Amino acid sequence: MMNRIQSIGRATLAQLSDLGRATLILVQAVFGGSRVGVSWRLTLDQIHVVGVLSLSIILVSGLFIGMVLGLQGYTILRDYGSEQALGQMVALSLTRELGPVVTALLFAGRAGSALTAEIGLMKATEQLASLEMIGVDPLKRVVAPRFWAGVISLPILSLIFVSVGCLGGALVGVSWLGVDAGSFWANMQASVDFYHDVCNGIIKSVVFAVVVTWIAVFQGYDLIPTSEGIARATTRTVVYASLAVLGLDFFLTAVMFGEV
Amino acid sequence: MYSRRMEISVGFFVLLGALCLGFLALEVSGLTQTRDTGSYQISARFDNVAGLTSRAKVSAAGVTVGRVTGIRYDAQTAGAIVDMEISNAFNEFSLDTSASILTAGLLGEKYIGLMTGGDPDLLTDGDIIFDTQSSIVLEELIGKFLLNMGSDQ
Repeated sequence: MMNRIQSIGRATLAQLSDLGRATLILVQAVFGGSRVGVSWRLTLDQIHVVGVLSLSIILVSGLFIGMVLGLQGYTILRDYGSEQALGQMVALSLTRELGPVVTALLFAGRAGSALTAEIGLMKATEQLASLEMIGVDPLKRVVAPRFWAGVISLPILSLIFVSVGCLGGALVGVSWLGVDAGSFWANMQASVDFYHDVCNGIIKSVVFAVVVTWIAVFQGYDLIPTSEGIARATTRTVVYASLAVLGLDFFLTAVMFGEV
Repeated sequence: MYSRRMEISVGFFVLLGALCLGFLALEVSGLTQTRDTGSYQISARFDNVAGLTSRAKVSAAGVTVGRVTGIRYDAQTAGAIVDMEISNAFNEFSLDTSASILTAGLLGEKYIGLMTGGDPDLLTDGDIIFDTQSSIVLEELIGKFLLNMGSDQ
């Protein structure tokens, strides 16, 4: 009996200390050190790695998700004789939900796992330790640029995803299924509000960006420096980041769109 | 030297993001400059607002002039007070303007239609419209129809 309670306590304390270490790493990487400014050169480099190189997967999946939404929405809306509402359906579901969430999930798989593996391998090969030896703070030099690159890249990727998705929906709906182009775009513009829908989508994706990148760099920085440790940390990054995105999405949606 | 190609690609990436934001603002959400003119608040009292929601359109002669900002119950008159935000570009509604709750299409969303009257005085911030027509509740219509059928026989 007592052993059970002890194991619960041990697990809780372990989780809390993980959370504490993760917060410390983030705070030190972002605010700590003598120089407050981040090296923008290094950040630029990382934006290339996590942002520009993720562009192809975002473009392709955005286009196809938009096309699927157009196709599915059309077959359902046709039953009610309201195919003109297709633009509204595609645009609202993309700006509010699918854009930020799917982009964050893809980002966690494509860039988050790579960040963890890269930082983890630096730790395993003692590059982080040697940086410290020559007086360079690895949190400033390695973690901070990657963190900022993720926070900057993910919202941009999400905007691209939503735009391409809307165009994909228009491609299927207007060009293929024959919904009137005028009513497609007019319905979309009448129902989507820039501040309420587009800006809330951007806020969502900034929150996801912070959480996903934070999890990725922490898992990389904190892993056990063996090949097995790197494998586990990479898996944990994708699993934790995906769960956090989906859970936070419900919470954010309830706050932003919950009022009736 | 940092590779030129990498910097160019990041530049394109950021520009593409800005372009997409512009696309979402102008093409998808139809953002226009009319918001800058500001707005004024008016209210209307209805017997029944069933189906009307916040952010519903307020239109006059089919032109959107504002949005519903809030709906609350008024215990004194046992009715509903609907708060509306009308763009300053449309500030020439007479004091005896009437408001009715209309439906877009057969099953579409509810919106408020304003019909200006003949009074030379104009509606200003905070005024309340009492000359209103409530929304149509399908069950009530069917009930009336059945009642009429019964009385005919």
